[in-house]
Amino acid sequence: MNYSTTMNKDPRREKAPMGRPNFIQRMRHLSKDEMIMLAGLLAIVAAMMVALVLPLITIFTKSFQDNNGVFVGLDNFIEYFSSYGLVLSIWNSVGMALGVTLIAGSMAFIYAYALTRSCMRGKKIFRALASIPILAPSLLPAISLVYLFGNQGVIKDLLMGESIYGPIGITIGMCFYIFPHVLMIMVTSLSTSDARLYEAAEVLGAGRVRIFFTVTLPGARYGLISAGFVAFTLAITDFGIPKVIGGNFNVLATDIYKQVVGQQNFSIGAVVGMVLLVPALVSFVVDRHVRKKQTAVLTARSAPYHPKPHALRDGLLFTFCAAVTVFLVSILGMAAFSSFITFWPYDMSFTLVHYDFDAVDPNGWASFFNSLKMATITAFVGTGIIFMGAYFVEKCQSFKGLRTTVQMMAMIPMAVPGMVLGLAYIFFFADGDNPFSGIYGTMAILVLASVAHFYTVSHLTLVTALKQIDPEFEAVSASLKAPFYKTVARVHFPICLTAISDVAIYLFVNAMTTVSAVVFLYAPDTKLASISVLNMDDVGDQAPAAAMAMMIVLTSIVVKSLHALISRGINARAMAWKSATT
Amino acid sequence: MAGTMNKITADETVTTPYLEINNLTKKFGEFVALDDVSLTVKDGEFVCFLGPSGCGKTTLLRAIAGLDFQTSGQIVQGGKDISHLPPVSRDFGIVFQSYALFPNLTAKQNIAYGLSVRKMGRDKVNQRVQDLLDTVGLSDSGPKYPSALSGGQQQRIALARALANEPNMLLLDEPLSALDAKVRVNLRHEMKELQRKLGITTIMVTHDQEEAMAMADKIVVMNHGVIEQVGTPQEIYGNPATAYVADFIGEMNFLEGVFEDGNQVRMGDCALMVDGQAGGFELGSTVTACIRPEDVMVRGVSEKTENYIDAEVVDVEFLGSFCRAELACRRDGRDIRLTADFSINLMRDMSLGRGERLAIALPKEHLQLFPGSADLDT
Repeated sequence: MNYSTTMNKDPRREKAPMGRPNFIQRMRHLSKDEMIMLAGLLAIVAAMMVALVLPLITIFTKSFQDNNGVFVGLDNFIEYFSSYGLVLSIWNSVGMALGVTLIAGSMAFIYAYALTRSCMRGKKIFRALASIPILAPSLLPAISLVYLFGNQGVIKDLLMGESIYGPIGITIGMCFYIFPHVLMIMVTSLSTSDARLYEAAEVLGAGRVRIFFTVTLPGARYGLISAGFVAFTLAITDFGIPKVIGGNFNVLATDIYKQVVGQQNFSIGAVVGMVLLVPALVSFVVDRHVRKKQTAVLTARSAPYHPKPHALRDGLLFTFCAAVTVFLVSILGMAAFSSFITFWPYDMSFTLVHYDFDAVDPNGWASFFNSLKMATITAFVGTGIIFMGAYFVEKCQSFKGLRTTVQMMAMIPMAVPGMVLGLAYIFFFADGDNPFSGIYGTMAILVLASVAHFYTVSHLTLVTALKQIDPEFEAVSASLKAPFYKTVARVHFPICLTAISDVAIYLFVNAMTTVSAVVFLYAPDTKLASISVLNMDDVGDQAPAAAMAMMIVLTSIVVKSLHALISRGINARAMAWKSATT
Repeated sequence: MAGTMNKITADETVTTPYLEINNLTKKFGEFVALDDVSLTVKDGEFVCFLGPSGCGKTTLLRAIAGLDFQTSGQIVQGGKDISHLPPVSRDFGIVFQSYALFPNLTAKQNIAYGLSVRKMGRDKVNQRVQDLLDTVGLSDSGPKYPSALSGGQQQRIALARALANEPNMLLLDEPLSALDAKVRVNLRHEMKELQRKLGITTIMVTHDQEEAMAMADKIVVMNHGVIEQVGTPQEIYGNPATAYVADFIGEMNFLEGVFEDGNQVRMGDCALMVDGQAGGFELGSTVTACIRPEDVMVRGVSEKTENYIDAEVVDVEFLGSFCRAELACRRDGRDIRLTADFSINLMRDMSLGRGERLAIALPKEHLQLFPGSADLDT
């Protein structure tokens, strides 16, 4: 269906005008379908205002108020920037994030290059193993690193006297945690290359090195920039790793936590939040810009690149990928292993006692089940709302202004670190005057925060899926007198089912593993598994913390496997209509 | 008596406008896509909107369907003002270039999509779907998914689906453009046949003049958001109203000159006699004389023939049943380039080839005059 793409670009449809007299006339003649869409769009805008825009405005204004809510102008910022310790955190954060970007970025680039541009063996396995970190909360690598390199670490000597608690630990942990995210972007940008360019270069007599620098790199440069910024932002905004393994090395994400939870200094917390927003915003803007350029590189006529075998290159790349995979697996393995050891390193006997969470933590297993419940609700409710929003944005013909608003608001979460969102929620929802303050301290606020925090990627996934559906379906169904929701249920939903289930799983796994978005928002009876890991680690119960982290990993694996099975079912059914061409 | 009465009523319905478009304007920001367009379509008529891309033909169709609303103006269908009705409340079936078949539904489910089992009952729905499948000649394809059908078959199913609700108007948006040349020719014939049989008022958008001429009762030639000419295919081809239409439909030679006394067009020191009926031009004004390549006369031309020109064959393009020759004419020291179509027969009889000289004439009854210069790009 090539036509659908060209039709999307049709200026006639994009530039629907809102001439005033025309607009008023149209409003008088709204069809039932349009009224439903209008109501839906308004509902989504209202929901986004409450879940995103208003809280962010609140944290913004809070940064100009003292803890009693009196406007103090720039006083908070002045106080913040004159504190040596706090400003040091900025440099710590930036330096660490740059290091992580460089290390994780080059690791991921070579790995991605091996996956896309070589004939190395075991690509599928390497690709699957590379996504291990996604299944775990970011606390897990930190806990593992403590077991490996901590004071009682197995291979402590490898550090040659340096302490793992501090920049070294944070950097290694971050590399683990960020690797799959960066890899995904790089694989995408490296696989969307045009074989014809390589053929042309070869015919013109360019050597391998020259081809790499004149064709490969330029072709992937947007992806590389994008990946770099994503890595930097993730590293600077993650809270779990520096919390566990940071020691006395302060970074922005731990500062915000200390100011709010430790010192109850909300105003300075809000200022740190604002500071943390800067790299995320910059990265967001660059990413948007770069993505626009990236799409223009490939045309419909491009031919996919197929690498030719080359023994030396393939061998070297295999060795590299194997090494990276060993690193990833051993981090996960260490956490798994330590969760079964009675008393590291003195009593190395096998035990399940650390999984008896009720004995260690007042909430015990309840936090795990809270997490399950929260992730499930997030997956279902979130997918429903996001699909609705994506559908209206992509397929509705009227209400251009509203649709643009939704589309723009849907991009905001990408630029807002979880901790900032969480802090904004405290300011907004804990305010007794707020009609929504009732949800503070309930499961609902955790779901709301999770859906809001992971909105952008889900929204873009569904918009992309919907874009591939012929834009004339709405016109056809209107001419057949079928209401739009019938067509959505019978046509759009089944066609998008793969993307929809992908989004649901994405939301589930992220809700299961996230710490930063919810660390300020849980109440004693809604404590989540990831928070429980944090708390248990905090009080020195490392093995139970590792065990709980493993429970999260296990849940993610089970859900992902179920998803794979179900997708296979979906695909088998879809096969009937997808490729019946023979 | 009864027969005569019937005939009269039939004639009357034919002459009643079924669709009236009054002063329709559509703007996209600064860009005017439709500029004060007015048009009537008679009941049962097959009308083609023809023009290059961006001429406003699709915009007009979408306005008629209610898919894009006009900025101003009125649309009346069957005596009812539908200008502001949403598409659901209008009476039409539509077929798109992309077919827009629901890929996850079978051909049968696609056709039955707009039929209500609740209102009609399952048996009636099934019967109707089978009838439609028979009508489009795909009786056995009901259980197949669109991806298992060829492009032509998919378009037939799309047509059947558009007809399922028995709409009073059929809208076709470049329905054949995505098909192979051969399939296209077959299908356009069948579609025309079906339209005639059902007597359904049909509007088709196309940029293919051949298609428009083959199918339409009436062609609406559009350019830059205005209607250049409305007429039967014969009228449009044989009697183009503007130089634009003359150029867009078929091949045409354009000769620019100055209109002179005695029905002459002067080009430098050369003058062409034109038809006396072509009056209305101011003496001394710039005009463009047009002649179709097939109207360039060769047989029986002598120096005494009116509008005689001595020409040299510069190039010959062999196009199967005929040849298209590029001629350079020298008359009174002025170079004129002409395209002329010669039958194979003629080529043989006169042993024409590159570099040959021959005498041609431009018969004045085939010379059409338009005001202004022939610069058609603007």
